[in-house]
Amino acid sequence: MEALQRVFGKNSAYWLIGPAAVWLAVFFAFPMLSLLSTSLSDPSGSPIYGYTMTWELQNYVEAVGDYWPYMVRSLWYAGIATLLCLILGYTLAYAIAFKAGRWKNVMLVLVVAPFFTSFLVRTLSWKLILADNGWLVESLKWLHVLGEDGRLLATPFAVIMGLTYNFLPFMILPLYTSLEKIDPRLNEAAADLYSTPWQRFTKVIWPLSLPGVVGGTLLTFIPASGDYINSDLLGNPNTQMVGNKIQTLFTDASDYPHAAALSVILMVLIVGMVLFYVRRAGTEDLL
Amino acid sequence: MSLADGVRGDLKLTGLHKRYPNGFVAVQSLDLVIPQGSFFALLGPSGCGKTTTLRMVAGLEDVTKGSIHIGDQEITHAKPYKRPVNTVFQNYALFPHLTIAENVSFGPKRRGIKDPKDSVKEILALTELTEQASKKPTQLSGGQQQRVALARALINRPDVLLLDEPLGALDLKLRRAMQVELKRIQEEVGLTFVHVTHDQEEAMTMADTVAVMNEGRIEQLGAPYELYTNPHTTFVANFLGRTNLIKGTVVGREGSGADEVVKVDMYGTVASIKASRVHTDAKEGWIGIRPEKVLIQPEGTSIDAPGASLPGAVVTDVSYIGVSTDYTIRMPWGQEITCFEQNTGRRGGLIPVGTKVDVSWRPEFAFLLDSAQDAEAGIVEED
Ligand SMILES: Nc1ncnc2c1ncn2[C@@H]1O[C@H](COP(=O)(O)OP(=O)(O)OP(=O)(O)O)[C@@H](O)[C@H]1O
Ligand SMILES: [Mg+2]
Repeated sequence: MEALQRVFGKNSAYWLIGPAAVWLAVFFAFPMLSLLSTSLSDPSGSPIYGYTMTWELQNYVEAVGDYWPYMVRSLWYAGIATLLCLILGYTLAYAIAFKAGRWKNVMLVLVVAPFFTSFLVRTLSWKLILADNGWLVESLKWLHVLGEDGRLLATPFAVIMGLTYNFLPFMILPLYTSLEKIDPRLNEAAADLYSTPWQRFTKVIWPLSLPGVVGGTLLTFIPASGDYINSDLLGNPNTQMVGNKIQTLFTDASDYPHAAALSVILMVLIVGMVLFYVRRAGTEDLL
Repeated sequence: MSLADGVRGDLKLTGLHKRYPNGFVAVQSLDLVIPQGSFFALLGPSGCGKTTTLRMVAGLEDVTKGSIHIGDQEITHAKPYKRPVNTVFQNYALFPHLTIAENVSFGPKRRGIKDPKDSVKEILALTELTEQASKKPTQLSGGQQQRVALARALINRPDVLLLDEPLGALDLKLRRAMQVELKRIQEEVGLTFVHVTHDQEEAMTMADTVAVMNEGRIEQLGAPYELYTNPHTTFVANFLGRTNLIKGTVVGREGSGADEVVKVDMYGTVASIKASRVHTDAKEGWIGIRPEKVLIQPEGTSIDAPGASLPGAVVTDVSYIGVSTDYTIRMPWGQEITCFEQNTGRRGGLIPVGTKVDVSWRPEFAFLLDSAQDAEAGIVEED
């Protein structure tokens, strides 16, 4: 510390936050301002000749009016996927933290193993697995789980399944971190104090794992509600999410102002929901 | 309803045995009866199986063989949450997400008492924690956390309260204060306390009965006075305080009944030991005498003790402690023994190193142990 002070002067703390401030300005504040200004620009411009910022609030009104069903669908799909991730992830994280013994590290590596291949490739392979004449659909038809013309690919089921699959590790890791920190002796203390196994879970383990639950659900829900790959590859036109709309507005329609307005709305919506959620969970101080 | 409402009674361990999955036998066929309402201490060195025993009683560890009863009720295989037993854990294990009041009301709530406010208040007052009721455990000092752990268990008024080295994490001064406190609380609530410790002073000052445990077995059980003055093994003799052990050979017996004594030859001097303090049938034995029972006097001056005195010893070390003085004395046969002398002022100074002294003790204080046992067993390294 003293050495630092000699180099940077008395207020070395201010110097130390310098790199972070520059980083934030370049990679966060600047693109954000650019997005905001585009969203308020005259849509008659073009990406090539540029847009003029005219405080065009009408863009927002149109974005909400035209695309609100996609918004709702996104939140709905992301919500279901998050819930499924929570149920699957909690069980697995609990098992790894308390029951895995010497297999702990192997299991953790397996959880992150999917990251060794690209997100896109993995989602594409689900497309093959769920294909109409693939072995899975054929077997389900044979078992009469699916009807004669039933299918898995291009259904909401496939999209939600894809989201759940892709974001599951983001749920498991924070949950594991929180669960692993819980002293197993607290569980014994609860047993000693007349708690049934279920009460031990609800009164001790669950409350102590809340930071992980909040962290995991945020890391799952936020990217899932903005995702468009899963719907693109595994869905159909009726499963389009807001991410798909933003993508087509940017690329196919080259309508940057409406795309930007839609992005801003999605962002505000999510930030609002997250704040509300964190308040409700009473875990501000744990985050 | 649960066993927690059952009738009270003595805690009875019968042939209690624990073999861990790795094959290690931590507790070997333990037989123990702990009377209802007593303050019982389980004393032994680290790793002797104290925690394992408590965990079996609490239901946190499976019993390999044997049984556990409270009164007439068998609880050997009952689920931990169905036993009328509570534990004060070695590391307290307080719930970090709950306030002190919530920690304390945890047990009563699980037993279906909707609003245990009054009993919480009462127990917090008893353990002097009223001010801390709405704090979280991390905001408390070690001593306060210890009392929360105690209050959290006590409020349930268990038939048996298990305390696993509850004072182990506290510094010496606080530990002494809490010993008095714990004893007061036990007398006030009248529950059976089973207190595990490896601190012999703690066990002796607090407990009505002390069981000395070694390598998974009970070596000896009794009131502190009985254990200290009449140890049955070298382990107990050394683990509870210090002992001088001198080789001797039994040469005869005299008297009968309570007055019977065994005559033991000790390098040429014959000592008499009460038959009730002789714990070997062999010809050879260890004569045990506590250092504070050893009396010394510079050669030629008269010694205040009946019986024979041993001439020809030399003081080799003097360590002045203030309240007392520790003398190390080389006996004529070369062995060094220890003598603690109260500094009553009678002597008007210390006996200097190199002084020739006569050594004696009152015969009723000596005991005779099995010479096959290790004279060093149970010696505690001073920490
Ligand atoms: N789960 C286990 N598996 C195998 N051996 C164990 C296990 N738990 C404890 N032991 C062994 O059993 C013996 C008794 O352990 P225990 O914890 O009962 O000792 P203790 O008397 O409480 O000691 P301390 O005073 O250090 O707390 C020790 O040698 C320990 O290594
Ligand atoms: Mg222990």
